[in-house]
Amino acid sequence: MGLLSDPHCRRALSRLVVRLNTPLCVLSYVAGLGWFLAMALPPLAPRTYMSENAMGSTMVEEQFPHGERALAYARDFAAQKKKAGGIPVAWLEKTMWGLGLEVYKQPFARTLPFPDESRERYMVKGTNVYGILRAPRAASTESLVLSVPCSEGTQNSQAVGLMLALAAYFRGQIYWAKDIIFLVNEHDLLGMEAWLEAYHDVNVTEMQSSGTLGRAGAIQAAVALELSSDVVTSFDVAVEGLNGQLPNLDLVNLFHAFCQKNGLLCTIQGKLQRSDWDTLPAYAHSLQTLLLMVLKQGSGRPQGDHGLFLRYHIEAITVRGINSFRQYKYDMTTVGKTLEGMFRKLNNLLERLHQSYFFYLLPSLSRFVSIGVYMPAFGFLILVLVLKISLLGGGPRPGPRGLHALDLWMQLNKCEAASAERLWDGDQGAAHAVAEEPRPGLLALVPPLLVCHAAGLALYLLPVLGQRVATQHFPVSEAEAVVLTLIAIYVAGMALPHSAHRALPGGGSDRGWMTLKLLALLYLAAQLSCAALLNFSLGFLLAATMVPAAAAVRPTGPRLVLAALLVLSTPAVTLLLGIFLHRELEERPAGLAEGWQLFLQALAEGLLQHHLYGALPFPFLALLTYPCWLLLWNVLCWK
Amino acid sequence: MAAGPLLLLLLLLLGAAGPGAAAAAAAGPGPGLGPGAALREELLLRPLPAGDVAAAFQFRTRWDADLRRGAVSHYRLFPKALGQLVAAQGVRELHLALTQGFWRTRSWGQPPLGAPAGAELWVWFQDTVPDVDKAWKELSNILSGIFCASLNFIDSTNTVTPTASFKPLGLANGTDHRLLRYAVLPREVVCTENLTPWKKLLPCGSKAGLAVLLKAERLFHSSYHSQAVHIRPICRDASCLAVSWELRQTLTVVFDSFTSGQGKKDWSLFKMFSRTLTDACPLASESKVYVDISPKNEEKEFLEVTPTPTSVHEAVVQGDKRTYAVYDLLSPSLFNSSRSLNVQLKWKRPQDSQELSTPVLHAQRYVSGYGLQTGEISTLVHNTHPYRAFPVVLLETVPWYLRLYVHTLTVITKGKENKPSYIHYQPAQDRKRPHLLEMLIQLPANSVTKITIQFERALLKWTEYTPDPNHGFYVSPSVLSALVPSVVAMKDVDVEESPLFASLFPSSDGSSYFVRLYTEPLLVNLPTPDFSMPYNVICLTCTVVAVCYGSFYNLLTRTFHVEEPSRGGLAKRLANIIRRADPVRRC
Repeated sequence: MGLLSDPHCRRALSRLVVRLNTPLCVLSYVAGLGWFLAMALPPLAPRTYMSENAMGSTMVEEQFPHGERALAYARDFAAQKKKAGGIPVAWLEKTMWGLGLEVYKQPFARTLPFPDESRERYMVKGTNVYGILRAPRAASTESLVLSVPCSEGTQNSQAVGLMLALAAYFRGQIYWAKDIIFLVNEHDLLGMEAWLEAYHDVNVTEMQSSGTLGRAGAIQAAVALELSSDVVTSFDVAVEGLNGQLPNLDLVNLFHAFCQKNGLLCTIQGKLQRSDWDTLPAYAHSLQTLLLMVLKQGSGRPQGDHGLFLRYHIEAITVRGINSFRQYKYDMTTVGKTLEGMFRKLNNLLERLHQSYFFYLLPSLSRFVSIGVYMPAFGFLILVLVLKISLLGGGPRPGPRGLHALDLWMQLNKCEAASAERLWDGDQGAAHAVAEEPRPGLLALVPPLLVCHAAGLALYLLPVLGQRVATQHFPVSEAEAVVLTLIAIYVAGMALPHSAHRALPGGGSDRGWMTLKLLALLYLAAQLSCAALLNFSLGFLLAATMVPAAAAVRPTGPRLVLAALLVLSTPAVTLLLGIFLHRELEERPAGLAEGWQLFLQALAEGLLQHHLYGALPFPFLALLTYPCWLLLWNVLCWK
Repeated sequence: MAAGPLLLLLLLLLGAAGPGAAAAAAAGPGPGLGPGAALREELLLRPLPAGDVAAAFQFRTRWDADLRRGAVSHYRLFPKALGQLVAAQGVRELHLALTQGFWRTRSWGQPPLGAPAGAELWVWFQDTVPDVDKAWKELSNILSGIFCASLNFIDSTNTVTPTASFKPLGLANGTDHRLLRYAVLPREVVCTENLTPWKKLLPCGSKAGLAVLLKAERLFHSSYHSQAVHIRPICRDASCLAVSWELRQTLTVVFDSFTSGQGKKDWSLFKMFSRTLTDACPLASESKVYVDISPKNEEKEFLEVTPTPTSVHEAVVQGDKRTYAVYDLLSPSLFNSSRSLNVQLKWKRPQDSQELSTPVLHAQRYVSGYGLQTGEISTLVHNTHPYRAFPVVLLETVPWYLRLYVHTLTVITKGKENKPSYIHYQPAQDRKRPHLLEMLIQLPANSVTKITIQFERALLKWTEYTPDPNHGFYVSPSVLSALVPSVVAMKDVDVEESPLFASLFPSSDGSSYFVRLYTEPLLVNLPTPDFSMPYNVICLTCTVVAVCYGSFYNLLTRTFHVEEPSRGGLAKRLANIIRRADPVRRC
């Protein structure tokens, strides 16, 4: 860094950066994308390995024999469920009691902020039933959870059956050191959220639940099981949780290890891994898997019931049994053995899972990209913004481009800086031109900032608050009203900041928009970096789309092209493109109309996720990214 | 020891003379046993509401001698190791319990003798002890050696001096609580190495009497295991002019009849202990097996005990009228038909009632909240008595690394604040002593009281973490002591006459009985550094701070000038060259 404080080196460097700015930016952007694409290659994605000693070397011999019993339970459960028209609470309680568990139930109720049309629910009432297997000679300080969602229709009754059969088998064993909680939750994620909040005695969302519960200490790990057929051909594992949080990689490794031991096929993102690694199709395959993971993680939506556990520092995965048209089918006994093995190894844990990675991407189940490897991809993208910032600030060059934001920034603090620089600059004319222009004070930046953030705040608050007004005046349902208000505010926001700067002295100058752009770029770089640290995928997706437009935007030049570019980079369009890409990767491409429907659904779901589970992508986009994008839009519309 | 066979003969003769004579022998000092020492052994078998079986052994050695003086040198029944300890350390009362597992009050009912998970030690010292803390330290170290337990981990960070919760159980002149020390080690694991020294303290070892059932292999194949030693001074007789010392060794085991019986809840001695009883301990003046056959729900004849009991005993225990089948091992008629006694219990009808009769007082404790910064300790105390309110003393000991916010202490019953009538709080000192919080709370009838207090997790020094920091840190259980109103009126009974299981805690009057409950220990995670890569972290942090922050700060706050190269003399040029070569000056 002595380089920068030495005036000579600094001048040379800034000249280099300014002269080669555009090529450097392009290079950096391409390098970022290239690095990302290369992450599916073996050198960047090493093989996974078990880090936790307690689970690694110890041998477990699975003996679960009750496959048939599981199916019998499943049939009983399905019949009872049909009879009760919902979760058969009494039957579950009786059965679990009969198995020798401590049984509790937890009624809960939640009124959604607006009706959820895709799942058809608004005022939700449900009951969770769970049984606790008390470990002998342990003081209930630690526990494991096996959760099974009781979903609508005939779905998932096999999972309940298997859970009961496992409970029956586990109850007879003496080796348990941790209590095991067998949980049947109604209304999938809502029930899960209600249960977790009640268990930890917090109220994060507006969930109402009652009753004092039986507890079993600190939950160490959880497995959510979904199973809808008597036989399975493969197992799919979902790892992405709320806000893109991931469970410890060791838990995924554990699942993978037991699938391999029992000869089960296991997939991630629905993709089976290929045995060859060095061919092009194999590379394309793992890139697809990687992209799917990035899209799912970036959405911040829990991909299964496990997703809500992660907030409480409980490592959890969702395991889904898939019955496709493959030839080899596995019966309940094998599936049960796999779960038994996993639970016995988790039972052996002496500490919480902490040895392995918490930040990773999976191009396949047996390979992973760690945080140290994927961060450079994001770093290169952010470097574009940094280069642009240094261009705006860096080079003393003649002409309109010779303004420098770093100096500008210094000038805002210190007026002498410019004159001091002029002494050795040699390019007196340009420097004088700079100095003669009326200097926009910091005050000039306040109105656009305020207006943009007000627009963001409106985007965040109005759709839900204004749904009643909207339904009174327009012939739409409440859910539609929310989504349409959201889109309307989003689009209307683009018209708002046009004249914000005009009222102020010096606002109309070049320096005005440059200052604004400098601010927008700094703001964008800061928020994307923060987002990437918490949820790499969200940060990366936003950076990949917004960075080129943000770097290129200026009020002069081909404004139409720039406007198109900027509109394409807006988070809403990113979401839309993401949906198309997702469907494409899942090999069931969506048409335009379907894509639009999915887009509307995704908007509604984003809002619901935020209100129901506290997901952060919606407030992040509405309160930070959207205003930042509006600032860039403001730069484009500068007159 | 020539008196041994003689005594045995005498006892047998007396036993043959009838139960009255045996009782008379038991009450008085046994002949030939030195200065008034007597041993009673007892096993109580109790089917628990949830279907498990609790077996509670009690061995009581009573010695009519004064240990305090240190004048006693000849030990017979009373173990010398403990006797000398009491004399040397000036112990007035000693209670040590080693427990593996957790007594589940809600499904098992009130414990016969409550004990927290792990190790618990509480001692009242004589008022003649000059330095109680020193004596406590020495005592815990000696006990640690005697019982092969990690009691040497008891230090000032986990020792407290409760003011109200632990009163002396034996004879006491004053109750100056400064003579009391109490500590719990929730992490202590109890296993055979603790059982063996405990068995060695028994007069008959594990060779004869009830102790033959104490086979480690079976005892640790159970849901709950708790062994304890209680030493206390008692009145020698009704006039209470002289002091006797009492040593009670108790052992409670809960067997899970569900796993062993394939769903059936029948049990027998052989099934539980894989042994049967063949004789009484020859040194014992009383040796009895009690089986709780109290009918449930007013329906009699639910269960069937074989063989036929010697007698049937009715008593009011813990507020309930109970019926016990008694097998007197000293009565010769018992071993007439068969050589060994294998008590069996069969349920005539399968029980499938889900509704458990919940005990009057039970409690639950947990940590709420998430994240590694703050949290909340919540305790739920249930009073299920339909119409009687009663007070309970709650003792909370919280380690110093959980910083309690005392202003957040709330006690809520039925939605209203319930103001404790007595609060004693001693704040923690970092690395020195734990928080101590004692409260006297009135529990209204049929209510749940929620006691919450928030805490902040402290950052430990890196050497203070345990070798497995990600396991979490234990917080010892809270203790609830209460006089629970009894449903049935109790009679005052003579301690020497009544069975042992009913007589450790003195009952104040006929209308209530004393209960001490322990809640679960808690496991709390503290913010833990990644110990596997401190070197990386230190290097990275230092580099980032030094390189980036330092020079950016430099860059942003300084202005730079280019000096005109001066055409000075040779010396000045030389100085310039040196200046250029020096990187520090260039920056």
